[in-house]
Amino acid sequence: MTPEELRSRAERRRLEESRFSERLRVCTATSCASLGSGALFDALSAEIHRRGTGDRCELKRVGCLGLCAAGPLVMAEQGTGSTHTESLLREVRPEQAASLLDGFRDGFPAEQSVPLDLPFFRKQRRIVSEACGRIDPDRIDDAVAAGAYRALLEALHERTPADVLAEIDRSGLRGRGGAGYPTGLKWHTVAKAEASQKFVVCNADEGDPGAYMDRSVLESDPHRVLEGMALAAYAVGASEGFVYVRAEYLLAIERLRQAIGQANQIGLLGSAVGGTAFHFHVEVRLGAGAYVCGEETALLASIEGGRGTPRPRPPYPAAAGLFGAPTLINNVETLANVPAIVARGGDWFASIGTEKSKGTKIFALAGKVAHTGVIEVPMGTTLHEIVFELGGGIPDGARCKAVQTGGPSGGCIPARFFETPVDYENLAGLGSIMGSGGLIVMDEQTCMVDIARFFMAFCRDESCGKCVPCRVGTVELHQLLDTIANGRAGTRDMELLEEFCDLVRHTSLCGLGQSAPNPVLSTLRHFPEEYRAHLRGQCPAGVCFPASPAEEPPR
Amino acid sequence: MTQTVAGRPESSRETEGPAARRVQEDPRWKPVAATLRRQGHRPDALIEGMHAAQQAFGWLDPAVLRALAEALDVPLAKVFGVATFYHLFTTRPLGTHGCIVCLGTACHLKGGPEILAALTRAHPVEPGQTSPGAEMTLTVARCIGACTLAPLVVLDGEIAGPVTVEEVLERVERWFGPASGETTR
Ligand SMILES: Cc1cc2nc3c(=O)[nH]c(=O)nc-3n(C[C@H](O)[C@H](O)[C@H](O)COP(=O)(O)O)c2cc1C
Ligand code: FES
Repeated sequence: MTPEELRSRAERRRLEESRFSERLRVCTATSCASLGSGALFDALSAEIHRRGTGDRCELKRVGCLGLCAAGPLVMAEQGTGSTHTESLLREVRPEQAASLLDGFRDGFPAEQSVPLDLPFFRKQRRIVSEACGRIDPDRIDDAVAAGAYRALLEALHERTPADVLAEIDRSGLRGRGGAGYPTGLKWHTVAKAEASQKFVVCNADEGDPGAYMDRSVLESDPHRVLEGMALAAYAVGASEGFVYVRAEYLLAIERLRQAIGQANQIGLLGSAVGGTAFHFHVEVRLGAGAYVCGEETALLASIEGGRGTPRPRPPYPAAAGLFGAPTLINNVETLANVPAIVARGGDWFASIGTEKSKGTKIFALAGKVAHTGVIEVPMGTTLHEIVFELGGGIPDGARCKAVQTGGPSGGCIPARFFETPVDYENLAGLGSIMGSGGLIVMDEQTCMVDIARFFMAFCRDESCGKCVPCRVGTVELHQLLDTIANGRAGTRDMELLEEFCDLVRHTSLCGLGQSAPNPVLSTLRHFPEEYRAHLRGQCPAGVCFPASPAEEPPR
Repeated sequence: MTQTVAGRPESSRETEGPAARRVQEDPRWKPVAATLRRQGHRPDALIEGMHAAQQAFGWLDPAVLRALAEALDVPLAKVFGVATFYHLFTTRPLGTHGCIVCLGTACHLKGGPEILAALTRAHPVEPGQTSPGAEMTLTVARCIGACTLAPLVVLDGEIAGPVTVEEVLERVERWFGPASGETTR
């Protein structure tokens, strides 16, 4: 397929869509599906059929519309050009199908309409999630109409791999999987490696509790990730790719497999992509519920069919990765940024964000916040904007205490630092990390000692057991935190806690152990008074000392 | 099928061949064989094969693991190592129904632990185990990536959330039949 053929395919699909004067987009991503959007879709379909208005009204399954907690969500669109209007409807039930369709004529019920000028929408800047909720993820033509694979075919026909690499360099893109390593640098290392076989691996393991951005992207716009992988493969000289997905993400896996099949079929992946000499075969590999497999060397061991235990680096996967070959590993969101960068230029991308963190970041908002869901904001947006403007603040008038970022490798940032613009350096300076994008809002009823204990239990359970500091240290740390939380600890235990944190951090083999103390250290740093209160047998949040011991939930 | 303690292979190698062959002749093996074939019977097909096998047989019986080892020509020790490493693989038979309680961060904050405590109080089952009458297998998860629905549970593969303790108890109660909860503990 040539770039011209792709363009006419896109044009054809756009024309087809423009014939409809009314368009309904129903979110069928996981969250809305769990709230019943499948039945809603069927009801709408039946009602349109009954009215015989199928030639005027288009009904389409789409991915995430963002405001997940208000699902099932439906976007109703009318007209084109200057008469174009959009209405987002919340909590739509199947029995409302008829009245929803009447809405195109009579107007939609105000109590179900979500104002689209809410900061939740207004303050977003959508690059990665640009087509999420607009296209049908099961139809490649829909993605193509929205511009998918254009950057790839243009690059294959008109640009050299070095050219593509230079664009990524200029963009300043950094890894979205947590550590923020410069993507261009990593690509250069793999590109320079001499080997007959190289791999590109997309890390879609997304194991941090509270993070679901990658899932949302994969469910809503899988072609963007695949195109990013193909561009990466072209730039570094790879011909095979793997997407390593959590086995729990059933819908994402299904859509990804479907997308690969469709792209192979029309020559946008597979052999001789776009009629050029570039080959790129992609396979999906499933995880099996081990958090540590998100770590890159453990992930490779898992793709090779073994126990997912990490190994010391160097050698880095860029030099010796999958089956010993040079391997590029990037996160879903990192790769999903690539098509836009190649299409619009690295300089354009670098104009968004802060000095050292370019572009946007997707966050999964969860916890004690009014608007939970997926948001994409420019780097440099403040935590205050995220929690109180986009997030709509804390429900029930409660006070915000902190946000947790970076999952079990991150930390809690107290509300007094909320004016901080979010970027890699600032969050690290506050004792947390950007992490993959889970952002959990906590109110006054959250106990910081309990949270530290919670994450330590997570690390203890997920430690692969290969190295002693992590295997034993997380158990010891958890016990100490438990003793503190139960009000049975003394000052010596507090000293031990800090000593153990230091030990585990500096002597563990992989990132899991090295960062396991972070939630403890950050809460010790920002909330020392809460630890002291527990030593006196008090839990300020009222979480740790249940009224009677019999009520105590098992841990 | 072999009656070994879960997760522990029979020591005698003689039984390996026949047990594995019996599994490979079982019609349920078909989709597993197809998965392995698609990946050219390379050793790295092991995890994909295990997923297929667990789907087909419900759990990873020691004989099934033998069959996988044989089909891929991978040492049995490695196959057991992999099967016991990953949380999603189970080397014990499961109950008729499954209940997963999410204890990820958002669910932890919004009441996941209370749901779990209520379930284990009402029914004779601990996290990670199957009730004695095999009515239900109870598992905990650390976030299943639908945190906007916190607190949530997964009942027979379907996400339900946000849920209250009472709602979960009521749904699960049906699996045990009437009045089973009262007799325990
Ligand atoms: C314990 C642990 C878990 C990780 N989990 C993930 C994950 O779920 N997704 C991810 O993209 N990266 C994860 N990482 C980071 C990867 O090792 C790796 O740095 C990343 O995939 C590189 O991609 P990037 O440069 O695009 O960020 C994890 C690291 C550690 C130590
Ligand atoms: S914390 Fe329960 S789904 Fe994420």
